[in-house]
Amino acid sequence: MRYEPLNLGRWVIWGAMALVFLVAPLVFSGGFALTMLIQMGTMIIFALSYNMLLGQGGMLSFGHAVYSGLGAFLSVHALNLIGKGAFTFPVTLLPLVGGLAGLAFGVLFGYVTTRRAGTTFALISLGIGEMVFACVLMFPGFFGGEAGVSTNRVVGQPFLGITYGPAIQVYYLVATWCFLSIVAMFALTQTPLGRMANAVRDNPERAEFVGYDTQKVRFLQLVLSSFFAGVAGALSCINFEIVSAENVSPIRSGGVLIATYIGGVPFFLGPILGAIIFIFFVVALSGFTKAWLLYLGLFFVTMVVYAPGGIASILLMQIPVIRARRLGELALPYALAAGAALVALAGLIGIVEMVYRLSEQGASTVLNVFGLSFDAQTTPPWIGFALVLAAGLVALRYASRLVGARWGAIQQDLLARRA
Amino acid sequence: MEFFLVQTLNGISYGLLLFMLSSGLTLVFSLMGVLNFAHASFYMLGAYFAYQISTKIGFWPALVVAPVLVGAIGMLIERWGLRQVHKHGHVAELLFTFGLAYLIEEAVHLVWGRSAVDYRVPPDLDGPLFTIFTSQYPIYRGFMMLVSVAMLVSVWLALTRTRIGLVIQAALTHPQTVEALGHNVPRVFMLVFGGGTALAGLAGVIGGNAFVTEPGMAASVGPIIFVIVVVGGMGSLAGAFIASLLIGCMQTFAVALDWNLVGGIKMSQLAPVLPYLLMVLLLIFRPTGLMGTREG
Repeated sequence: MRYEPLNLGRWVIWGAMALVFLVAPLVFSGGFALTMLIQMGTMIIFALSYNMLLGQGGMLSFGHAVYSGLGAFLSVHALNLIGKGAFTFPVTLLPLVGGLAGLAFGVLFGYVTTRRAGTTFALISLGIGEMVFACVLMFPGFFGGEAGVSTNRVVGQPFLGITYGPAIQVYYLVATWCFLSIVAMFALTQTPLGRMANAVRDNPERAEFVGYDTQKVRFLQLVLSSFFAGVAGALSCINFEIVSAENVSPIRSGGVLIATYIGGVPFFLGPILGAIIFIFFVVALSGFTKAWLLYLGLFFVTMVVYAPGGIASILLMQIPVIRARRLGELALPYALAAGAALVALAGLIGIVEMVYRLSEQGASTVLNVFGLSFDAQTTPPWIGFALVLAAGLVALRYASRLVGARWGAIQQDLLARRA
Repeated sequence: MEFFLVQTLNGISYGLLLFMLSSGLTLVFSLMGVLNFAHASFYMLGAYFAYQISTKIGFWPALVVAPVLVGAIGMLIERWGLRQVHKHGHVAELLFTFGLAYLIEEAVHLVWGRSAVDYRVPPDLDGPLFTIFTSQYPIYRGFMMLVSVAMLVSVWLALTRTRIGLVIQAALTHPQTVEALGHNVPRVFMLVFGGGTALAGLAGVIGGNAFVTEPGMAASVGPIIFVIVVVGGMGSLAGAFIASLLIGCMQTFAVALDWNLVGGIKMSQLAPVLPYLLMVLLLIFRPTGLMGTREG
């Protein structure tokens, strides 16, 4: 045993996280906010479980929704059986059922997918995802066909007044499972398996020479990851009270990949941020515009090209600058860049919305923005928005050069001081 | 016998179409190491462009113009998008094309709407080509085979008999040496990527009206061509050819047969799953694919 002093910083971080989970529904107390918080909690587990593959194991999966979706299907049937009185089981522990189901399918499919790594793994996971999706539609008896399987989460005797009828009780259920899963998945990164997964990701050949079976490491990592995906699936089943083929669809698999990548694959924190942003896009933005998927896709591609470390890397890069108390120097360039980006975005949104109005049959081509009213069938708004977009892009180019110059100067100073 | 002959011909024409797609994908993959996730999206773009052009100036100009347009878009994307991501490695490139597939699908939604467009076989090619026993074989199926074979032969000739083809072949294995000999390898990459997308576009022009031109067509054919690439062995053209014909025939037969299998499932219901089952079985017994040597 090694002597370890009490790590105060770690306790503060985990304590703060638990506190955020506790008070979040008190701060954002509206019904819509609560719906979003519940979905965010579920998505955080799902995205973190996905990052066990992509971030920690170097496995780019295009079929992760298989494990969460099948976990959700088995939980929905378990919940229905509990409702019929076939057996007694607390709803609180239902995510365990989903998790074990996910794990079982992880063992089954993981045996095939983890035989290869890299690009081939990505393609096989895609194939498995498509296969399961097609199978779900093929057996309507168990999976409910297009309509899905619906359920009622208020079953059994209330325990200490908890029935899971009101949404706030569901929130605390999701929050508890989310917190426990985050702790468990973080703990897993510290285990020998977690470390070996990193080694297999970085240099599989060398890991083989050290005496590890890379296939086995990938397999174990995938099986554990599918457990947590199943937990997320069961929580979404409890929340929505319906599970359909959409839960295992390739769209879900793509969604979790986008969420995780936007947040930041190289950092444990990344998928948590990514899940929050993703749910914001899916739930909030989709209410405003039907082109939200296009915006999400553009955001994702921009991140891939300019910030492969995701939002988390952008935030964490600021820490040394803040420590050196030099953030003030960057405030003006950052503000300029943000302003230019907003201008470009406004131009882009204008063009996209006009295209959409023109293509959709029966939609009014007149748009109202900030009291301005214009018709998409006339040319002036097109020229106007194109000019705004071009001006924004040019300004962004100059602003990012300014940011780059200041950033480089500060980094050099920091390096010189260290030397 | 009649059933068997007709289905075999249908299977081969579908398989050749699949090979037009998977050959472009394989070429780009073996030359650049980039798995173009958006490959099927270029197929879809080809079909939509052909539809748009054929409503204005007819099908025959569209057969040439649409693939050229798709190829030009592919080159622009390689030059201004993919090349920027190259420094972040192959996973970033794959993710870039994954995002691109999203964007193309959404752009198609925006421009052409969410339902299928009325892209039809031109009247010159509508009708029976010949009669096998009692069933008539459509001209358009024959035309599809003709275009695929002509395209494959010309690609093969271009790769083996022309100067640029030799440079491409050399750059496949020894990019540094080729660059040292004074060839512009990034430009070769751009040409190959553009060529691959143009092939996908051409497949879209002739496949879009044989099947259906709708925004989901990329998502439905995309996974199949990836399965073909895995089954054939990553980066192997010959493997992709065998796998394309195999899967093309397999699916055509499965859809046409109405055998009852266990559990009351019909063979035709099982058809969408068959390529994936084949992939899983093959991976268990031969993890490198039919002709593959490259360890992924």
